[in-house]
Amino acid sequence: MSSPHPYIPATEADRARMLERIGADDLDSLFADLPEAFRDPSIDLLPALTEPDLIALLADRAGQNAAPSRPNFLGAGAYRRSVPSIVSYLVSRSEFSTAYTPYQPEISQGTLQSGFEFQSVVCELTGMDVANVGLYDVASATAEACLMASRTTKRQAVCLLEPIHPGTADVVNTYARGAGLRVDAVSMAEELSDEHACLVAQQPDFLGTIVDLEPLANAAHEVGALLVAVADPFALGMLKAPGDAGADIVTGEGRDLAGAPAFGGPSLGLFAAGLPYLRQMPGRIVGRTKELHPSDGGKARTGYVLTLQAREQFIRRERATSNVSTAQALIALGFTIAVQALGPHGLRESAELCYQRAHDAARRIAAISGYKVPERGPWVQEFLVRGPVPAANLSSELSERGITAGLDVSDRPEPEAHNALLFCVTEATPDSHIDALIEALASIGDEV
Amino acid sequence: MTAPGPRSEDLGARLSFDRGEPGRRAVDVPVWNGQKTPLPDAHLLRDSVTLPEMGQGELVRYYTALSTRNYGIDSGTYPLGSCTMKFNPKVNDLIAFLPGFADAHPQSPEHEAQGTLRTLLELRQGLAEITGLPHVSLAPAAGAQGELAGVLMITAALEDRGELEARRRILVPDSAHGTNPATAAMAGYSVTHLPTAEDGSLDRATIEQELDESVAAVMVTVPNTLGLWENGIEQVAELIHDAGAYLYADGANLNAIMGRVRYGDLGFDVVHLNLHKSFSTPHGGGGPGAGPVCCTEELAPYLPTPILEEGDDGLVRLAAPERSIGRLQQFHGNVGVLLRAYAYMRALGLDGLRSVSGQAVLNANYLRVLLHGHYDLPYDRPVLHEVVFSGSRQKREHDVRTYDIAKRLIDYGFHPPTVYFPLIVEEALMIEPTETEPPEAIEALAEALIAIAEESASDPDTLHGAPWTAPIGRLDETTAARRPVLSWRGPRQDR
Repeated sequence: MSSPHPYIPATEADRARMLERIGADDLDSLFADLPEAFRDPSIDLLPALTEPDLIALLADRAGQNAAPSRPNFLGAGAYRRSVPSIVSYLVSRSEFSTAYTPYQPEISQGTLQSGFEFQSVVCELTGMDVANVGLYDVASATAEACLMASRTTKRQAVCLLEPIHPGTADVVNTYARGAGLRVDAVSMAEELSDEHACLVAQQPDFLGTIVDLEPLANAAHEVGALLVAVADPFALGMLKAPGDAGADIVTGEGRDLAGAPAFGGPSLGLFAAGLPYLRQMPGRIVGRTKELHPSDGGKARTGYVLTLQAREQFIRRERATSNVSTAQALIALGFTIAVQALGPHGLRESAELCYQRAHDAARRIAAISGYKVPERGPWVQEFLVRGPVPAANLSSELSERGITAGLDVSDRPEPEAHNALLFCVTEATPDSHIDALIEALASIGDEV
Repeated sequence: MTAPGPRSEDLGARLSFDRGEPGRRAVDVPVWNGQKTPLPDAHLLRDSVTLPEMGQGELVRYYTALSTRNYGIDSGTYPLGSCTMKFNPKVNDLIAFLPGFADAHPQSPEHEAQGTLRTLLELRQGLAEITGLPHVSLAPAAGAQGELAGVLMITAALEDRGELEARRRILVPDSAHGTNPATAAMAGYSVTHLPTAEDGSLDRATIEQELDESVAAVMVTVPNTLGLWENGIEQVAELIHDAGAYLYADGANLNAIMGRVRYGDLGFDVVHLNLHKSFSTPHGGGGPGAGPVCCTEELAPYLPTPILEEGDDGLVRLAAPERSIGRLQQFHGNVGVLLRAYAYMRALGLDGLRSVSGQAVLNANYLRVLLHGHYDLPYDRPVLHEVVFSGSRQKREHDVRTYDIAKRLIDYGFHPPTVYFPLIVEEALMIEPTETEPPEAIEALAEALIAIAEESASDPDTLHGAPWTAPIGRLDETTAARRPVLSWRGPRQDR
């Protein structure tokens, strides 16, 4: 080792002094227990870069992605939102961002009280009794919900209601394989049976349509199954809370309210449930309590701790409700601040603005000769577009015109999706991007 | 770390929901002036939602006040054993927030995300080199999800070998992280615990006795949670393979051996890494992390989706391995964390990573020597990245528990070490200084722990009541669990 690296402060002189104190000859001698035959192998790594060169390289790399100014109408699980400016400012405070999991509550009240705020916000949005501090993402949270439903009902099959996000369905299958559960995908709640631990329904569904959860809850409860609602928390600014419709477990994706899509992650899995299921919940839960000994003028102050830990892996080990440990705490903090900054009125206004802008864009597209917007029912921000050319061609024609089209869903079984792209317009889609899209669609239509 | 405002304010008693006034708001929302579409039918909509109504300034002040009641690695020494709380370079955050990276949509066609994909490909290649296991999926969101991936890959391989029904057991040392047995159970296996021998390594005789046709895998943490090298692990690997089972590495302690020895060379079949530990990405108070999984050629077809492939056309693509266990997340993992880890790897290079492990091990041994004699050291030999002391003498002689010692350390300005883990050490104090602490910080930590050892004899009551200087005193965890209060409103009364 030569001169110190900026991340490693000890100097050669420091090391010499420390080695002497230990009674070791050199650094390598500290590794004497490692088998000699395998020690210090040849390893081929890219060369080290100084900070300016590192920034230059990665700025160049970031520039190899599509420009952020490029019109992009993808949704299908990730949505551009207007995130309040205070979110990144507060989340970047290093007391939050550089802390570990709050094992020492006396010096972790920032993380813990924020976690309690998060649980409170999730309960309000979903209409549920209890929430944890968050899981990895919506899909793994939904998989955990299926495992939890299986544990509480003692049934070995789960039922997914199509159309559900294929990524969510895939993750449920991954987790189910380990747990030995059968996964059935159905298109109607009538196909549910008393073999099923739960019915999983996405709100709005994968093709953007608002789902009436109440009859689904009734159908599930009739056969003794739970209803797991996979709900978009932004849409819940205007849609009925799943808890009010009879859902037993609610999951969701919190990433987009908290920040940029970041190619999908860091993400944030929301997880809330009815009180009867509390002790079967996966993940960490924050509880409110008081100081053991009054420390301030004879009055015990209020504080927050991780609680109900007898469910968790580090205590219960192989009998834990889940193996989850590190999850997505900092994204949960951003989510909490964003939702609270919007407040009850801002969240509703924002959801309705999104609804109006998306419907206006859909109406303009449907008015272009050769284009159809097949509707499956009421929707919020995603709609199907069928053009005068095959879906794949429409997508590539738009790409040539500098526009990223909605997701190609033409291979789906739903008749409305036939030859269609799934477009997304939100409150954050610039007007100029929508205008550019309309113009491009018209010109593609003219060329046919 | 002092709360702003009147010292007497019981900050925890007043949530955001209890603050503000109806009608206040922290952000404005544009008004829609275009043609209005009627809203969906009322039975699909909600009447209202209850959330705080605060001005922007008071909301910022509230969360700023909360932040000052937290301790991060930027606040001071954070020697939390097994968690590798090293300095988090700020350039990594700057890079992850570059708009080209941050704004990339996960459903983007691959040619619109080459900057991200190329960078992830190079990270993957680096991790393969560092672990000696050539095939990698970056998908797992954290260590525990990486573990689940690894065990499910083993399940899939056994299924293809036609041995899944026979091999229903996973062997886990008694010194393992709780996630190991929890993961094995989640994947449907029964768990057999392996005892630790007197030298701190696995007990060879028990392993030989337990290894039979019912064993699917052995999960081992290397170096182990005592901070010790697992002696003879390369021979244990051979035994395990001879018995037809797989050897899984929990890579949580990679920091000790980066650039010096590789899991693949030792005979491990699969390893998960914790990039939020070894690769310096901020832990965020409990995530986001990243738990890539690296494996042999044999297990590669089962890796979780997606993996990265470079085509003949020079484009990097996301792909599904032939016999993949499937996805672990809706999209591609915690990409923002992976970009930070890449920046860290490039800032150090191979020599730098070897300096990391070298200095981390030197620091742990320096601390071991400075504290020697002041606390019991159940495994008294040179260590790697961390050292596990015991507070059993203080408990026996002065009725001071490790819990009290940890709380008192807060008064000295340090984050306490990991306590009561590993489970095999009584009154455990598991200390990992990491390479980013200068020697004077380690000396200060040692002086504080020595002072506390002296206090435990002279003034045990001070320890029993500690901390005295934190934003809040010891909390009533028993009542919190017995009568849970888990949200501002509490459970609904209408069901």
